[in-house]
Amino acid sequence: MANMAQAIRMALHYGEENLGVTEIFGEDVGAPLGGVFTATQGLKTAWNAPLDERGIVGAAIGLGWAGQRPVAEIQFVDYIFNTIDLLKLAGNSLWCSGGRMPCPIVIMTPTGSGIHGSIYHSHSFDSIASKIHGMKVVCPSNSLDAYGLMLAAIKDDNPVLYLKPKALLRAKGAELIPGEPEDEKALKEMIDAPVGDRQKWKPRWPNLEEYIVPIGQAKIAHEGTDATIVTHGRMAPICLDVARDLAAEGFGNIEVIDMRSLIPYDWNTISRSIRKTGRVLFINEETEISNFGEHLFRRVIDEMFYELAVRPRLLCGKAVPGIGLSPVLEYASVPQKKDVDAAVRELLTEPA
Amino acid sequence: MATKVKSMRAGVDAFGRENDKYNKLSPELLKRMHHLMVLDRLMEERLIKMSKGGEGFFWIGGPGEEGLNIPLGLLAKKGQGLDYDYFHLHYRSGGIALALGAQVIDTIRQMRTVVTDPYSRGRNFVNHYAIPEWNIMPIAPTIETQYSTVIGSAIAQKKHGGDAISIVTGGDAGTAEGDFHSCLVWANRPLNPLPILIIVTNNSFGISTPYEGQHGEGDIANWAKAFPNMPGKTINGNDPIESYLALQEAMNHIREKRSPYLLEVKTSRLNGHSSSSGANRVGEVDCIKVFEEELLKRGIMKAEDFETTWTNCREECDRAHAQVKTEPYPEGDDIWNGIFVEGLDDTYPKKGGS
Repeated sequence: MANMAQAIRMALHYGEENLGVTEIFGEDVGAPLGGVFTATQGLKTAWNAPLDERGIVGAAIGLGWAGQRPVAEIQFVDYIFNTIDLLKLAGNSLWCSGGRMPCPIVIMTPTGSGIHGSIYHSHSFDSIASKIHGMKVVCPSNSLDAYGLMLAAIKDDNPVLYLKPKALLRAKGAELIPGEPEDEKALKEMIDAPVGDRQKWKPRWPNLEEYIVPIGQAKIAHEGTDATIVTHGRMAPICLDVARDLAAEGFGNIEVIDMRSLIPYDWNTISRSIRKTGRVLFINEETEISNFGEHLFRRVIDEMFYELAVRPRLLCGKAVPGIGLSPVLEYASVPQKKDVDAAVRELLTEPA
Repeated sequence: MATKVKSMRAGVDAFGRENDKYNKLSPELLKRMHHLMVLDRLMEERLIKMSKGGEGFFWIGGPGEEGLNIPLGLLAKKGQGLDYDYFHLHYRSGGIALALGAQVIDTIRQMRTVVTDPYSRGRNFVNHYAIPEWNIMPIAPTIETQYSTVIGSAIAQKKHGGDAISIVTGGDAGTAEGDFHSCLVWANRPLNPLPILIIVTNNSFGISTPYEGQHGEGDIANWAKAFPNMPGKTINGNDPIESYLALQEAMNHIREKRSPYLLEVKTSRLNGHSSSSGANRVGEVDCIKVFEEELLKRGIMKAEDFETTWTNCREECDRAHAQVKTEPYPEGDDIWNGIFVEGLDDTYPKKGGS
């Protein structure tokens, strides 16, 4: 099965061939590297930009305004902070022009912790991204969704920030992407650049098919009746593991909602599940204080207070300036599987 | 003025012969330029009056930049899409829009924040245009972002082929921002030079801060010295003919070579930075006055012609203003339009809290 980086690469290839993508660019995005996580390896329209995040985002906006469908990359989300007013411009150009100037661009960027990236390669951006109104924000947790969300993002007429959970970029998917060969070694031979001299290498792309994950549509990753977890990105597979463990243990039947889209988010799926279970835990790795999960938490209190069996919970990153390099510090800062497990057990056992 | 391209001494060619630059433009064109400059000036004066009279809010605009803006709008290749010039402008560009064909009434609509404002439906400051039909990209109140966004349309035009270019304008103070340097670097990438006309209007001030106390680089055109394939030139923007000819030269260079050109244009700022500083007239050189003296001297226009033009333009502004006063403001619910292209679904949070 394709890993997430391969899935994104295949989606971008599909975009080049079928969806009008003519510019894929960013730092080290073109040959020979094809992106620091290889997500743009072998793509015919990928090219290297100067190491200038403002130029990258500005160029993407200008391309979008000029009717193109660019995909630009910020190499790590930690480096997107100096582009915030440009992201704001992308998000507001339709509104500011009275509905006349859409900005159909995709900005993709690896986000979150999990690779011992220390202070400037571990940051999350979910909450700030959700404040750039007019911009859509998506974040896949598996290869198939990564493929389907990228196609949806490219086709979307609005700016889309595509957050790539960097800890999952090497994780293999559990489901085949339409057109992907079943033998993962065959896929690797077809689309992964060889180590060493790559000058003569060219990928052999599988015959990929269109597969769309609609933006704004969450996925119930694990059905359950006793409690609801609302999560996304890197935390989603961890939550799924915990749900399976607890089910196997007979401790509880957890419904795991993988949001996939943060803006717009799928309130119908979230509220329906909470109405069913009466118990909810929001989990993400962004830091506390104005955490995106806190918005959802508040909305649950406002709109569903009398339907809750127990108080809702939020499990998220600690409100500290960075993720420390020592694994001890990282694990103390960002929710780990044991933290998820403990939080879910507490949620399940509080008397109604 | 430090330049890489030598300007000819005004009125005299390399052989010492009289060579009046006014002969390079037809009388009809000169009269048209004069008309548009006057119209632009009176429009701005009307906007200032509206701002001071409570018929609108903040005013910012371009009195003093007519000598650049009108020639620029007239010389551009106007239309929609990659075969035409793209504009990434700053907020002193009303004259460019007028020269391209914009109507005075629409800018007055934006000043009054009525729903008929075609540029922003009452959402943005005045002189913040967005005209997709003529490739005028949304103008932001930031002083620098246009230097980054211009990179994108130029990339698309370069790949598309043809002779259309991307034009960016900003002020001298904005060149301190990184986006200006992004623009210089990206426009001059050896792998893919870009057809960008990089214009800086240097009125010697950033709001209240004098240029010379903050910038040690001297002329802004000096930045071109770092890029061997990009000409840089400083011109007197208070002389509309010098502007016209320099713009023509720069545009021809870019259209043919498909690579950038840096043009620094020294201008006046006749009403200060904005309404925040009072918007009162200051005693700097007035490009229209200079132009009229030259036209008069050459017999191209007479004093009564000027009077007719000023009267007609003033009446046009009066009529537009009277009409706009009858037009409605947006409804409050209009805030929900234009967030996403397809609109919002029913679950989008709209209450503004609990």
